[in-house]
Amino acid sequence: MTASVRLDKLNHWFGTLHALRDISLEIGAGEYVTLLGPSGCGKTTLLSVLGGFIDPDQGTVFIGDADMTSVAPAKRPTTTMFQDYALFPHMSLRDNVAFGLRMAGVAKAERHRKADEKLDLVGLKADGRKRPHELSGGQRQRVALARALAVEPEVLLLDEPLGALDLKLRRAMQDELKDIQRQVGTTFVHVTHDQEEAMAISDRIVVMNAGRIEDAGPPLRIYREPASLFAADFMGEMNHIPAQVGPQGAQTALTNLPAADLPPGAATVCIRPEAVRQDGKGIALGDATVRDATFFGTYTRAHVTPVTAPDMVLVAHLPPTSLPEAGTVLNLSVLPEDIRIFTKETA
Amino acid sequence: MRMAAWFYLVLAFGFIYLPVGTLVLYSFQDGTLPVPPFNGPSLQWYTEVLADDDVTDALFNSLIVAIGSSAVAVLLGFLAAYGLARHVLPGSAFMRGLLIAPLTVSYLIVGLGLLIVLNRTGVGLSLVTAGIGHVVINLPLAFAIIYASMGAQHENAERAARDLGASETKVVLLVTAPMLAPAIAAAFFLSVTLSWDEFIIAFLLTRFDITLPVEIWSMLRSGLSPRLNAIGSVVFLISVTAVLVLEFTMLRRRQS
Amino acid sequence: MSAGTGTKLGWGFVAPALLWTLAFFIVPFLVMGAMSFATLEGRSLVWGFYLDNYIELATRAYLWRAILVSLEITLTVTVVSVVLAYPLAAIIAFRVPPQWQRLALLLAILPFWTSYVVRSYAWLLVLAREGLINQTLINIGLIAEPITLANTRFATVTGFVHFFVMLLTLTIYANLVQLSPNYRRAATDLGANAFQTFRHVILPLTLPGIATGAFLTFVLCIGDYVTPQVLGGNNELTMPQVIMVQLGRRADFPLASALAIVMMAIVMLAYLASARWLRLDRV
Repeated sequence: MTASVRLDKLNHWFGTLHALRDISLEIGAGEYVTLLGPSGCGKTTLLSVLGGFIDPDQGTVFIGDADMTSVAPAKRPTTTMFQDYALFPHMSLRDNVAFGLRMAGVAKAERHRKADEKLDLVGLKADGRKRPHELSGGQRQRVALARALAVEPEVLLLDEPLGALDLKLRRAMQDELKDIQRQVGTTFVHVTHDQEEAMAISDRIVVMNAGRIEDAGPPLRIYREPASLFAADFMGEMNHIPAQVGPQGAQTALTNLPAADLPPGAATVCIRPEAVRQDGKGIALGDATVRDATFFGTYTRAHVTPVTAPDMVLVAHLPPTSLPEAGTVLNLSVLPEDIRIFTKETA
Repeated sequence: MRMAAWFYLVLAFGFIYLPVGTLVLYSFQDGTLPVPPFNGPSLQWYTEVLADDDVTDALFNSLIVAIGSSAVAVLLGFLAAYGLARHVLPGSAFMRGLLIAPLTVSYLIVGLGLLIVLNRTGVGLSLVTAGIGHVVINLPLAFAIIYASMGAQHENAERAARDLGASETKVVLLVTAPMLAPAIAAAFFLSVTLSWDEFIIAFLLTRFDITLPVEIWSMLRSGLSPRLNAIGSVVFLISVTAVLVLEFTMLRRRQS
Repeated sequence: MSAGTGTKLGWGFVAPALLWTLAFFIVPFLVMGAMSFATLEGRSLVWGFYLDNYIELATRAYLWRAILVSLEITLTVTVVSVVLAYPLAAIIAFRVPPQWQRLALLLAILPFWTSYVVRSYAWLLVLAREGLINQTLINIGLIAEPITLANTRFATVTGFVHFFVMLLTLTIYANLVQLSPNYRRAATDLGANAFQTFRHVILPLTLPGIATGAFLTFVLCIGDYVTPQVLGGNNELTMPQVIMVQLGRRADFPLASALAIVMMAIVMLAYLASARWLRLDRV
């Protein structure tokens, strides 16, 4: 069971807080989409609107081709997996998973068979008689998933599903979630503030900030070619270099960069630490002095100060084979495709 | 569904306020029977009640018993809570159980037990014996409230004080008690409210000087009277004021 | 500070409260227990191990009926109060907007602080032959003659229910608001209607709280003398009323003590019953 989702010009206010601003978004059937952003950005509100727990002040929600804007949660082809899982503590795992089927009037034998099937899908086949309090956090998360999937929703909504787990378990569970989504084919909409989780798991990431969609696209595109300064920063560490766009391109303290299509005025040049190179390829950024360098296993992280801009500190990820001492002078460069420039308007 | 809920709410509030509303309304009755039809309003019963020495004496006695017994209960409760929370004592779980035990027994039984012992030992009944009974019922509450608020974060402040050279007495007086002031105040207020209203122990354990609930009880024998309405309204007003003060001081504390 | 002086100091803090409880609660209680096995010869008390009082309780109708009456009233009050208080608590917790809930709760339990004796008297004003209800019904022509409301078991139960509805609303409300709102969301999300959500999710999750509140109601109700004495009249007596009669008119302390012990035993049984409930539904 799967369906597409279309959100059209959603607006919502909590008192004076404009929680959702002109949200329009299309999600394909069977797609795995992540809503990514800091707390308070509106991502959970948007999920609640999708699930039917909040009636938006303006705009329309289509699931498949049907207008679902004011349809009650029970009547929607969506189910929500809650952040605290909301497993019913007084029921066995099997009764938890079978709850939706029971409400739909499915006979006991049939709903137990289906519940066991779903428990099997999440690897808890043998534990149907246990109560939620006997499980670990990761296991509870799986039961919540099985319960939400048992009613065969067309769209599954996940509210920070891995937020309560420790880092290692979170990384393991995100692979499992992706795997289960492929097996069942249901459309997944997943809310998180962890950009690594979003990148690992999604077909498409929707970056949100202050109630707006900042950027939406596949993880690689968003990471490498973010549409806004906010999206660029939120996806990972970023060097900011102040610039002035003029006839010669973007002028910075280091060098002039090509900025053909940009309007003149103040701008910010963005370069990821791993895009800073020492091999001289691409555009030269000039010499820089190493302030300190730390070995991180897969790379060496260095703070460097360009000779031409003594007040600036850049972060560079160097090959793990070298650990330059403070004071070492490096010759830095960057490939043209690794540079993003945001003017005031695009920021 | 929604309408039914509001309807139920209105009905429930009607039921809850019916007796107290009637009580207060007919305390202003101009006539000798506090029943319909309502004539008034008149303040004659309030003036009469406030001029009645028996009533004002009883009110005064009630206040003394309430404040005195609460002070003793809170002091004993605080010391016990400090001892049990901060010192490792053998059988501490048993002692906690023992201190809480009077909560599980009805006031009538507490009063009866004390009455038997007092009778046997020949100690005369007075406000003091009623106060002793009130300490018995309020001590468990005071202990439980204060014990529950003795968190580990306070313990570190006490360690720091000891580390800086404070004696044990100074630690308790200058560090622990001020930090627990909200809990101590809450225990005291609750204790005062309960003691102030308590009837059966005061009834069994007093003789010549009596508390207000016992005075009201003796007036009840002569049936319905606007005098009783007036006294009841005054007592209600005093209790409600105490509750509201507690509510708003607690509210302010939570917000800060 | 060494462990030894620490322990001694600790005892010093605990001792006053402990001694107070021992002297004025435990000792009187034990004396009362012993008293229940004493007997009266004429007007003089004879200590010993007589079962006379307990035999009397079991055989004299006037006494064992009081036990039954107390049990019937207490159970009725407990059940009716829970049934009436639950919807009120639920409406305040789920229907009243959050910013008004505290006020609604405060208002719902404000008359709780009416003086104990006065509260029963106030019900007398409402229920008496010439009282508010009868006068109102006569005035609007529903009845011609006053109906008997006061001095009945109905009046006792009404007075008790009024008090315990307020108490239980408070405890059940506290129970309801500490449940994660996601339980209700999850249930409706999975297709449960309002009744199913209540029946399968909210009610089972609040059972331990209800059991606690019901136990409290039971204990306070069965031991109360004032409400049945003021509102119930003299047609039937409850255990506390009989205890007071023994103390007053006859000064029969042994029999009063035996009744008190039976009352405590009933409370213990109620505790065991509700404790088992609690554990059954503990999660």
